[in-house]
Amino acid sequence: MVQQHSTAVRPEQHPRAGSDPWRGFHGDAWRDTVDVAAFVRDNVTPYRGDAQFLTGPTPRTTGLWDRLRDMFTVERERGIYDVDPHTPATITSHAPGWIDRDRELIVGLQTDAPLRRAIMPNGGLRMVENGLTAYGFAMDPQVRRIFTTYRKTHNAGVFDAYPADVLAARRSHIVTGLPDAYGRGRIIGDYRRVALYGVDRLVAERAAIKASLDDRPGTEEVIRDREELAEQIRALGELKEMAAGYGHDISAPATTGREAIQWLYFAYLAATKEQNGAAMSLGRTSTFVDVYLDRDIAEGRLTESAAQELIDDFVIKLRIIRFLRTPEYDELFSGDPTWVTEAIGGVDAGGRPLVTRTSFRFLQTLYNLGPAPEPNLTVLWSPDLPTGFKRFCAQVSLDTSAIQYENDDLIRPVYSDDTAIACCVSAMRVGKDMQYFGARANLAKALLYAINGGRDEITGEQVAPATPPVTDDVLDYDTVLAAFDRTLDWLARTYVRALNVIHYMHDKYAYERLEMALHDHPVHRFLATGIAGLSVAVDSLSAIRHAQVKVLRDGTGLVTDYTVDGDYPAFGNNDDRADAIAVDLVERFMEKVRAQPTYRGAEPSLSVLTITSNVVYGKHTGNTPDGRRAGEPFAPGANPMNGRDTHGLVAAALSVAKLPYASARDGISLTTTVTPDGLGRTRDEQIDNLVGVLDGYTDAGGFHLNVNVLDRATLEDAMAHPERYPQLTIRVSGYAVNFVRLTREQQRDVISRTVHGRL
Amino acid sequence: MAWPSRPSYVPAGTVLGSVHSFDTSTGVDGPGTRFVAFLAGCPLRCRFCHSPDTWYQRSGRAMTVDDLVTEIRRYERFIKVAGGGVTLSGGEPLQQPRFTAAVLRRCAELGLHTALDTSGFLGDRATPELLDATDLVLLDIKSWDPATYRRVTRTGAVAPTLRFAHRVAERGIPIWIRFVLVPGLTDDPANVAGVADFVAALPTVQRVEVLPFHRLGAHKYRELGLPYPCADTEPPTPDLLDRVRAQFTDRGLVAR
Repeated sequence: MVQQHSTAVRPEQHPRAGSDPWRGFHGDAWRDTVDVAAFVRDNVTPYRGDAQFLTGPTPRTTGLWDRLRDMFTVERERGIYDVDPHTPATITSHAPGWIDRDRELIVGLQTDAPLRRAIMPNGGLRMVENGLTAYGFAMDPQVRRIFTTYRKTHNAGVFDAYPADVLAARRSHIVTGLPDAYGRGRIIGDYRRVALYGVDRLVAERAAIKASLDDRPGTEEVIRDREELAEQIRALGELKEMAAGYGHDISAPATTGREAIQWLYFAYLAATKEQNGAAMSLGRTSTFVDVYLDRDIAEGRLTESAAQELIDDFVIKLRIIRFLRTPEYDELFSGDPTWVTEAIGGVDAGGRPLVTRTSFRFLQTLYNLGPAPEPNLTVLWSPDLPTGFKRFCAQVSLDTSAIQYENDDLIRPVYSDDTAIACCVSAMRVGKDMQYFGARANLAKALLYAINGGRDEITGEQVAPATPPVTDDVLDYDTVLAAFDRTLDWLARTYVRALNVIHYMHDKYAYERLEMALHDHPVHRFLATGIAGLSVAVDSLSAIRHAQVKVLRDGTGLVTDYTVDGDYPAFGNNDDRADAIAVDLVERFMEKVRAQPTYRGAEPSLSVLTITSNVVYGKHTGNTPDGRRAGEPFAPGANPMNGRDTHGLVAAALSVAKLPYASARDGISLTTTVTPDGLGRTRDEQIDNLVGVLDGYTDAGGFHLNVNVLDRATLEDAMAHPERYPQLTIRVSGYAVNFVRLTREQQRDVISRTVHGRL
Repeated sequence: MAWPSRPSYVPAGTVLGSVHSFDTSTGVDGPGTRFVAFLAGCPLRCRFCHSPDTWYQRSGRAMTVDDLVTEIRRYERFIKVAGGGVTLSGGEPLQQPRFTAAVLRRCAELGLHTALDTSGFLGDRATPELLDATDLVLLDIKSWDPATYRRVTRTGAVAPTLRFAHRVAERGIPIWIRFVLVPGLTDDPANVAGVADFVAALPTVQRVEVLPFHRLGAHKYRELGLPYPCADTEPPTPDLLDRVRAQFTDRGLVAR
């Protein structure tokens, strides 16, 4: 369904800068082959200064943003602002839309109006229906007929093929959050390619690859590749058409900074028009864009204020990416996350910082537009970054709590210096790697299954295969560990079987045509598994080993509770007695995942990340041997359990830093909250000290750190008076949220977490 | 617990100390990120004390110098990369001068910045060797007026602290002064002025930290079954805090 729109944009808004889009660019490697990393390497101008050069918002920016802020208020009240329930979204399904046509510098919306959501039934019809119903909209009968009678969805395919043990594991919440009813996301197209090369060049590249497969044997793999490449070429054509609707011809490379941002935004936008992915991450664009902005400034066509204005406008667009989801989904993930993750900074393979003025400009949007959870600004940290940039990052954390940090020194050697983060902590080489997102398995619950011979501790149902339950009254470490190991074998097998089904069906029914068009062929695939409840499982095992844990059984012999006599070392205190158990569990589970066959030969990986689902996982897990009560939230990600890390932030961080990245290549998440006073007495001291903590944590091998700098009193006041804190942003596991959009339960969980300050 | 007197030839690493707990902190116990050991036992009974659980040496855990240094070394790399050091606090670390001196010495040998957090009341026990291994003294001057000092600490006197301050300054060791501001107890302008005049004359004072009284330690008194003398005391108002800080800054001091 292609619509034509005459939307000629006044030509003076888009000064074409001569005929050669690559004028002044250096290097050759990227000219003949599609290689944006080489382009960045050859053309980056590292910036080693401080933040003095930055400029504030222009009246145009503020006016545009204010207009949206009024709409956000309505959106918060209603749940969604608006939705088009009739038009299943494609790249070209909706007419162009604007916030304020005369004032926008970067254009393009997902539908024909801002904050108007689209339906994307390819992922699953039920998700669409529940989403519509929840917000008072009716399902269009025509849409329902199409996606039941004529067209199968990903969700329908998955449930046709799930084996019985997967269904049981899913039902009992030992495996949760699987992307089997919605888009899997976590695939980052290299959107920069559209800016650097233009669409026509990319189509030609795809066509050549497809032709190169003509002589291959007609195996299933080759046939599938050929079909996928044909879909990719089609999607690129639609991208061009969509851009033309806004008056832009993106068949050729961008010639200015503004065009570069516009071209890459169009590419990203097209992906979000067609995929309701759990995480729709942007990649690593700031330093790429900087090459263009730098050239414009050198050519005298752009001022610093105008450059900042372009970035502000781009970020405004990224802040209004929306998907129609269900309230249950939002409850699981706290608010309405889109994970428009942008990786900033880092160092290149030769030790040269990849920090540019535009790295600063992206962070500056948190001042110019105020704090916000999206885009998910992620600093790739290394002690080798320039001091001016490190101090600015720390300052932004102090002021906004809106950025997260990942260890560039860990990522770079394993991936490359052109690596981006999908979602929260998932590193991937841009345009070279993709992942099959796999949510997570509940390790704490698995431990209870081990003790109960595979029965669920809440329902009593036999979920895992029946094994001899532990019959001791006082738990013996070796006995429990042996049973746990068997349960983990079953869990890894069942879990990976579920993921294989999911991704087979997603490729078949909801293939990411455009995002995959912006990857190399063949692409490297990861199968990203994850674990939740690590610190609960570790502390439980530590209690069993170092204290005395007695069991309480119900009438059917099911262990439903535990009493702990004596002290035990808990995870999060830099104490090897507990930390070694954590290391062992991560390595043990990863080994078991590695032993499973994977769909399309994907390389298995593992994350220790819960996002905010730690609350929901806790709700579905009974009493645990560490003394945690049934229903209590787990700690998020790799965090120690609340209140058990008694030796301060550094001790907790050093415990987490021991978890082996080699066995958790999909990322290890630590979320921490400090009070401003807990970092020093003056602002300068606080900045320097936070830089020091980040250097120390990175040096120790810590992978990811969310830094919140907040007073407990502020959070409590925000709970009581949400209307006063519309932009209060806090980092949760792997991303940021508007605090006032969390459920009361999640707000209480955040507040109860250890706040590191000192009396 | 009786603390056996040890002959002086005992190797320093095996000197026993009583340690209440340790923590890591940033920006509050000296510069940067620090390993802070709280030693058990204090001769003072300050009315506003927020850690009455550190009053008695017998309530700590017996550790040798080697034990504590082993623990510190688990943080050594982090502290060096992050910038920071080790602070011995309490309780009163000078109640265990041999242990304190040995730990400070070992930290100094590791190249770690060292800070001693003390009231100075037992300052006479600080040997030259102890002070040689100390990079910074966090000196808590409870009050200037002798009667007030007594009322605040219930057991102490101000003179030893002043004597200690002079010794530290004469050795060229930097000092951060701490003054706990308790409305109705330490806030008398003359009392503050006395402290400020004294401090202004010490050449190595780098800053003064005016710490507003808070009641966050109240629960510890309940747990210990002790009466909490400051149960009805309010934290200082911002105005009072400003006035007292100004009394220090007026004398050219850096006060926070």
